[in-house]
Amino acid sequence: MTRLIHLFLVFSLLSVLAVGGGTAVLPEMQHMTVHTFHWLTDAQFRNIYSLGQVAPGPNMLMVLVIGYKLAGWAGMVVVGIGFFLPDCIITLFVNRWWVHLGAWPWRTSIQRGLAPVAIGLMTSGTYAIAKLSIVNVQTLVIALVVFSILLWRHVNPGVLVLIGGAAYLLLSS
Amino acid sequence: MREEGWLDDEGFLGAMEISETLPGLNAVNMAIIMGDNLRGIAGAVVSVIGMLLPGSIVVMVLGILYQSNHDNPDVKRFLLGIAAAAVGLLSAVTLQIGRRQFRQLPDIAIIAATFLAVSFLKLPLFVVLLGVGPISVWLYRPHVSEPRSEDEHLPFHRGPHHHWFRH
Repeated sequence: MTRLIHLFLVFSLLSVLAVGGGTAVLPEMQHMTVHTFHWLTDAQFRNIYSLGQVAPGPNMLMVLVIGYKLAGWAGMVVVGIGFFLPDCIITLFVNRWWVHLGAWPWRTSIQRGLAPVAIGLMTSGTYAIAKLSIVNVQTLVIALVVFSILLWRHVNPGVLVLIGGAAYLLLSS
Repeated sequence: MREEGWLDDEGFLGAMEISETLPGLNAVNMAIIMGDNLRGIAGAVVSVIGMLLPGSIVVMVLGILYQSNHDNPDVKRFLLGIAAAAVGLLSAVTLQIGRRQFRQLPDIAIIAATFLAVSFLKLPLFVVLLGVGPISVWLYRPHVSEPRSEDEHLPFHRGPHHHWFRH
């Protein structure tokens, strides 16, 4: 029971802090689940992240797996509600007020000011995953190849990621 | 969205603006905004469930499979390869989304400060948000950043003299 409460509190906090999306909150999520609460190892965190990449929809559905791993189906439900509900409520209300705020000059300031912060956090999130997964030459090559392909033309990223997984399987045996 | 006649481009961009500024996943925020605009709270709820349910089912199937196979070395290597590919993907996406921010000096400084604070100083996220956030918003305070459509990408450009700050 205490664990369910902790899960709910941790993931609702993460929901509210996620300026810049799921990637932005990854370092904090890793810090809390691995280092603060010792719920997961770094490797498990990374593996669950990869499961999220493979599944369709937002990557952050990975949190459902974390909840399930730590507290079964109840854990999954608690984490799912904790992580998605606060954000939904905030967005609902801000959306309804957005038009009323149209003339408020700070609205633009907030938008423009938070934009680089969000980008900085996304960069941190990318770096956090990189530390966990770029462990040898093969992984570095895979990351660089995927990066180059995506800059050059639009390819379905889900497919690319699966190919990356298969490629590593081949390159590392 | 265009096909169904739910929204025009302007409405979509407006929704994106809100969605990107708020915490939370962009996709989820968009679903809420568009669902609410079309059919109120019921619309928002249905929209989010529609967006999250299929993926949730798949991710849970994968999660359960992972639980029983997590010691398999091939599984571990496959997932590691996926994570490595994801790094490439995230890098490309971040550059794409931030293409405007990465080219403006004040933004570059904010990006760098945020990145260093989280990844090297290892400050807690809420400290970083409460610290860097207001500073960044202050840099874009109202009397400085009057939008000029042709200079939209250079908020501080004021004629031939390039000033960062008004004083």
